[in-house]
Amino acid sequence: MSLDQPQLDTSPHVSDEVRKTTCYMCACRCGINVHMKEGKVAYIEGNKDHPVNQGVLCAKGSAGIMQHNAPSRLRAPLKRVGERGSGEFEEISWEEALTMATGLLKPIREKNPEKLAFFTGRDQSQSFTGFWAQGFGTPNFAAHGGFCSVNMAAAGIYTMGGAFWEFGQPDWDHTKLFMLFGVAEDHDSNPIKMGIGKIKQRGARMIGVNPIRTGYNAVADDWVGITPGTDGLFILAMVHCLMKAGKVDLEYLARFTNASVLINEDPKSEQFGLFLRDKDGQPQVIDRNTGKLAAWNGKGVEPDLSGTHRAKGVTHRPVFHQMADRYLSDDYAPEAVAERCGIPAQRIRALAADLARVAFDEAIELDRPWTDFRGKKHEKMVGRPVSFHAMRGISAHSNGFQTCRALHILQIILGSVEVPGGMRFKPPYPKPATAHPKPHGKVTPGAALDGPHLGYTQGPEDLLLNDAGDPIRIDKAYTWENPMSAHGLMHMVISNAHAGVPYKIDTLFMYMANMSWNSSMNVGGVHKMLTDKDENGDYVIPNIIYSDAYSSEMVAYADLILPDTTYLERHDCISLLDRPICEADGVADAIRWPVVEPDRDVRGFQSVLCDLGARLDMPGFVNEDGSQKYQDYADYITNHIRRPGVGPLAGFRKGKDGPQGGRGDVNPNQIQDYIDNGGFWAEHVPENAAYYKPFSMDYQNWAVEKGFYDAVQPYIFQLYVEPLRKFQAAAEGIGERQPPEHLRERLKLTMDPLPIWYGPLEDDQIDLDEYPIHALTQRPMAMYHSWGTQNAWLRQIHGHNPLYVPTKIWEANGFEEGDWAKVSSTHGSIVVPVAHQASLNANTVWTWNAIGKRKGTWALDEGAPEATKGFLLNHLIHELLPPKGDGLRWANSDPVTGQAAWFDLRVKIEKSAVPNEAQPAMPAIKSPVAKGPSELNWKVGK
Amino acid sequence: MTQLPPPSAKKLGLVIDLDTCVGCHACVVSCKGWNTENYGAPLSDQDAYGANPSGTFLNRVHSYEVQPEQGEAQLIHFPKSCLHCEDAPCVTVCPTGASYKRAEDGIVLVNESDCIGCGLCAWACPYGARELDAKEGVMKKCTLCVDRIYNENLPEEDRQPACVRTCPSGARHFGDLGDENSDVSKLVAERGGFDLMPEQGTKPVNKYLPPRPKDEMPEFDVLAPYLEPIASDGKGFVGWLDKALSAMPGGAK
Repeated sequence: MSLDQPQLDTSPHVSDEVRKTTCYMCACRCGINVHMKEGKVAYIEGNKDHPVNQGVLCAKGSAGIMQHNAPSRLRAPLKRVGERGSGEFEEISWEEALTMATGLLKPIREKNPEKLAFFTGRDQSQSFTGFWAQGFGTPNFAAHGGFCSVNMAAAGIYTMGGAFWEFGQPDWDHTKLFMLFGVAEDHDSNPIKMGIGKIKQRGARMIGVNPIRTGYNAVADDWVGITPGTDGLFILAMVHCLMKAGKVDLEYLARFTNASVLINEDPKSEQFGLFLRDKDGQPQVIDRNTGKLAAWNGKGVEPDLSGTHRAKGVTHRPVFHQMADRYLSDDYAPEAVAERCGIPAQRIRALAADLARVAFDEAIELDRPWTDFRGKKHEKMVGRPVSFHAMRGISAHSNGFQTCRALHILQIILGSVEVPGGMRFKPPYPKPATAHPKPHGKVTPGAALDGPHLGYTQGPEDLLLNDAGDPIRIDKAYTWENPMSAHGLMHMVISNAHAGVPYKIDTLFMYMANMSWNSSMNVGGVHKMLTDKDENGDYVIPNIIYSDAYSSEMVAYADLILPDTTYLERHDCISLLDRPICEADGVADAIRWPVVEPDRDVRGFQSVLCDLGARLDMPGFVNEDGSQKYQDYADYITNHIRRPGVGPLAGFRKGKDGPQGGRGDVNPNQIQDYIDNGGFWAEHVPENAAYYKPFSMDYQNWAVEKGFYDAVQPYIFQLYVEPLRKFQAAAEGIGERQPPEHLRERLKLTMDPLPIWYGPLEDDQIDLDEYPIHALTQRPMAMYHSWGTQNAWLRQIHGHNPLYVPTKIWEANGFEEGDWAKVSSTHGSIVVPVAHQASLNANTVWTWNAIGKRKGTWALDEGAPEATKGFLLNHLIHELLPPKGDGLRWANSDPVTGQAAWFDLRVKIEKSAVPNEAQPAMPAIKSPVAKGPSELNWKVGK
Repeated sequence: MTQLPPPSAKKLGLVIDLDTCVGCHACVVSCKGWNTENYGAPLSDQDAYGANPSGTFLNRVHSYEVQPEQGEAQLIHFPKSCLHCEDAPCVTVCPTGASYKRAEDGIVLVNESDCIGCGLCAWACPYGARELDAKEGVMKKCTLCVDRIYNENLPEEDRQPACVRTCPSGARHFGDLGDENSDVSKLVAERGGFDLMPEQGTKPVNKYLPPRPKDEMPEFDVLAPYLEPIASDGKGFVGWLDKALSAMPGGAK
C-alpha cells in the first residue's frame, strides 16, 4: 500500500456475553440481545431468532440502554410527607412500605373489598394482576384498554373473534393491496414496518387513510386525507358500492358468516330482531340441500343466503337481506357522504372498485386441503388478497365501536378474513365473544370475587348492576352507559372516586399509569380531584398507592410509592393467557429475566404483589398452612396452574418424554429452558391449519392440543351481533332489565346490531361554527408515551412538539415560522408553538402525543424543552361532554364500550403573542430523585 | 492536505430506499448505540437531561415535504450519513491525515488519534455528514461499521452495519457498489438509484432509491366496470342474489 494507512483492528471484542430477553420499550415486545461487558449493559440489538422482530429493532428498543440507566429511576419505597402533589417524600424500607400497604388493604378486604380500586396501566401481566384483584375480591380492576383501544378489541371480538394488533395481522406474504386506516404507531410496531417493507418489495400496493400523512401513511402509494371521525361513513359507502355491484364473496358469506342466519322480523314479537333458534338454541339457516331449516353448524349443511322462512305468522329473513336493505340505501351512496368525509364521491367509488378488482380478479389459491366444521373437505385455500389494518385512529371516537365493526364488515363481505392474502389471526386467537368469560362483580367480604373481572356481555342480564340498578364497578363499566365495556374505564376512576359516584372508595392502587398527566383528560381537573379535601380536612380520595419504576408525574399524587425495576432487572412472562406475541403462522410466548440485578432498593411489582397477597391471606397466594405461596413472580410464572396442564408459560412444560409445548405439568426448570432458548418459545401452526382458523377443524384440533381452549369451538363471523340487538331491544321496552329513561334513545341508536355511522357525540353539543377544527395526537415511532422523554437519546429526536397546522388554516391566520397560537376547545385553552404541514387534512391540526412534561418530573431540568415548549392536548379534553341542559353530564366516551373519545376533539385557533413557555404552565413538582448528569459519555467497555 | 488513494475496485456503501423508509429513526439510535460502545471515542451527549440536549449522531433522519405540481403534498423521510465519496473533499482537506479513505474498500474514516478537531472536514463535506464530538474534540462520522463488517467475533449474518441490521422496513442495504453484479448494484440499476447532489462532484458511493410515484390510482372511469350496479335497492339485490346463488356450484334446488 503506497499510502500510510493506520492499522485497524476490524475484529474487536464485541461483548463478554449476550443475554436474550424481551424488550419493554413499548407493547411490541420484541426479542433483544443484551450485550454485556464487565457485568454491565453495553449494547442492545434485535434477536434474529425471535418470531416478533426477527432481528430488527426500532429506535426505542435500541435506546433501551438509556432507559435502563435513566436518572429518573426511583431508588427506594417512598412515603409522602408533604401535601399531595408537592412531591415531598421520604425513603422508607420495604418492610415499612409493605406494612403500610397491608394496613390499608386488610380492613378493606375484610369489610368492603369494593373500596379498593386497583387499576394497572401499561401492564404486561394482566392475567396475573387480574388474578390478584380477583383474589382480593374487589370488582374494581382493569388495565388501560378503556382509554386506549377497547373499541377495536371489542368490535373485533364480537364480530369475528379477534381484532388487529395482538389478535391479527395482514397476510404480508400474499396480500396485494393493503389499506391502512390511521396508525402512526402501533403495538405491532416492528412487524408493521417489516410487513410494509415486504409488500413494497413485492410491488404490492398500499393505501393510507389518515388525516395526517406521516410515517406509514407517508410511504403509502395513495393517501386519503379523511376528515377525523368519518371513517365509518367512508367504509359503509364502500360497502354500499360493493354490495350494489354484487362484488361480495357469496360462498364465503354463506358458509362462514351469519349472513345466512334467519332473523325474526315481527315488530310485535318479543323475539323481534333475534335469531330463529332450534330447541338446542342453535341459530337457524335454510339448508340449500333440502330447502329446510337447519342449525348453522349442521353436518353437510349449505346455508342459504337468500331463502326466507315463515312460521307462526312471523317472517324470518336472513341477515344478508337486512344488510342489503340498509347498505343499498342512498344514505350510504358516495355522493351522500363525500362532503362529510372530505373525500370526493368518485374517489370513494374508485377505492371500492379497486378493492373489488384485487379481491376478485386477482384471487389467489394455495394447494392446501383442509376440512371445515360441517365436515366439508376443501381441496384448496382461496384467498382474496386485500388486507386492512387499523388501531386507535378509527377507534378513539364516540362512534369508534361501530366504525371498527364497519371495517370488519367490509373485510368480511370481500371474503378477506382468515384467507390467503387477507387478514389472519394470531393464536390463541381467533376466539369468539361467547368463548370469553362474562364480566364478574359479585363481592363477598374476605373472599375472592366470583370470577374474572372483565369479559364480554351477551345481553342485559350480564350487566354489572346491583339490585337497585346501580353500577357495581367504580368505573361504571358494564352498565347501560356502556354495556360492552370489555376493558373497563380506567379514565373514569379518579373522576368517579372523587365524586363518590357510584360510591366512595378508600384506596386507589395503580401501576404504570400516568393518570395525573398524559393518560388523563382534563389534567388540571384531575390534579384537583387527587388533592381535594373534605370538610374534615381529609383527602376525598383517602389513600393512593402507586407503583412505577420512574419519577413520573403520577408519583407526586400518591401517598405510598412501590418502586418497580427496569425491564432488564425483572422477571415477566408474555403469556398466552394475556396479550400474546404470536404471529399468524406460529404460537409463541416469552419471558423477561434479570439480565442485571437492580443497584437500587427496588422490586418487581409482580413480586411485591406475591408478597402482599400472602400478607393479606388471599386465595391463590397462600399455601394451606398460611405461608406465602409464591416467593416472587418467577415462582408464580413457573408454578401457577390456571387450568389442568395450562400455566402462564406454554413452552417447555413437563411432558412424559421431556419438555413439551402447549399443555404439560410444571417444569421447575422452565425459566432456565426459556433463557437457553433465547428468551422465548415458538411453534409453527400446521400448514393445513394456517388459514380459516375459526372454521377449520385442522386448526381447532391443534388449538385444543396446545391448550388454547379445552374443546373445539368453531364459529362463524357475526355480521349481525345479536347481543347488541338485545341491548337495543331492552331500550325499546322488551325484557325485564330496563335501562334508565334518559339512555333509551341513545341505546336504540348506538346498539344497532348492524354497523351504522353517527356523528361524534360531542359535535351535537358544541357550536361547530365556533370550533370548526379537528385536533388529534399521534404517537411518535421513536417514543412511547411518556417513557421516552427521560431517555437521553430519544429526547434529542422528540424533545418538543409543535402543533402542526394545514396550509388553509396557516394562511388564514397569517402564521409564520416561530409563531405561537392559542388553541381553545369548549373546555379550555392552551398556548403552543405552531408549524406548517401541507400533507394534512385541511381542517385538522395535530401534535405528537405525550412529549410535554411537568416541571420537576422524569429527572429533567426545569428548563427542559419538554416542560417549556412541550404540551399536551389533554388540557383541552374533558372526561365529560359539555352540559346540554338536561341536568346530566354525559361521558366523553363511546356509548357501547366506554372508550375515551380522545379524537372527537374540536378546537379553534388564533395567533398568540409568544409566551415565555407553553400554557398552561403548572408549578414544578419537587423531584424525588436527583437530576441526571449534564454530560453523557457512555461506554462500559474499556 | 491528505491524498486520496487510487479508486478501489471494492466500493462498500449503503443503498437507502426512500420509498420504504417510514422515518422511524431505528437506524439513528442503533448507530448511536453501537458507535458509543465501539469505534473510537463514545458519542457523547451534552446537557443530556437539560434545556438544550445535544449529542453526536453519525446518522440522522430528516423529513421533507414535497409539493408536486398536481396532487397532494408528500412527506419524504431522508436518512443521511457519510456517503463514502470517491472524491471525498473531507479527506483532501484534512491537515493531519486523520481523515482517510481506505484503499481496500473505500470506507472513509477518521483516525481519532491524529484528529486535532479543526473541523475543516465538516466544512468541506457538502452533505453535513460529520459531527465534532463536543466532549472528545474529535471528528466523528459513519464508519460503515468497519468494526462489524469484518468482525470475526460476530456471526457471519451480523457482519453488516448496525443501521442495516436493525432497519425494520428493510429500507437500508449494504454491499459492494463497485461490483456491478452485487445485490446492491442490481437494486440501484432496477430502481433508478441516484447520487445525492451529483453536481458537487464528490462521486458518493452510497445511493438513494427514489420513492415510487404516489397518488396515481386510476380514475374511477377506468375502474367503473367493477362497480356496474346489479340492483338499486334491497329488493333488487335479493332478486340478483337468487340468480347468483343458483348459478353457483350446487345451486338451489
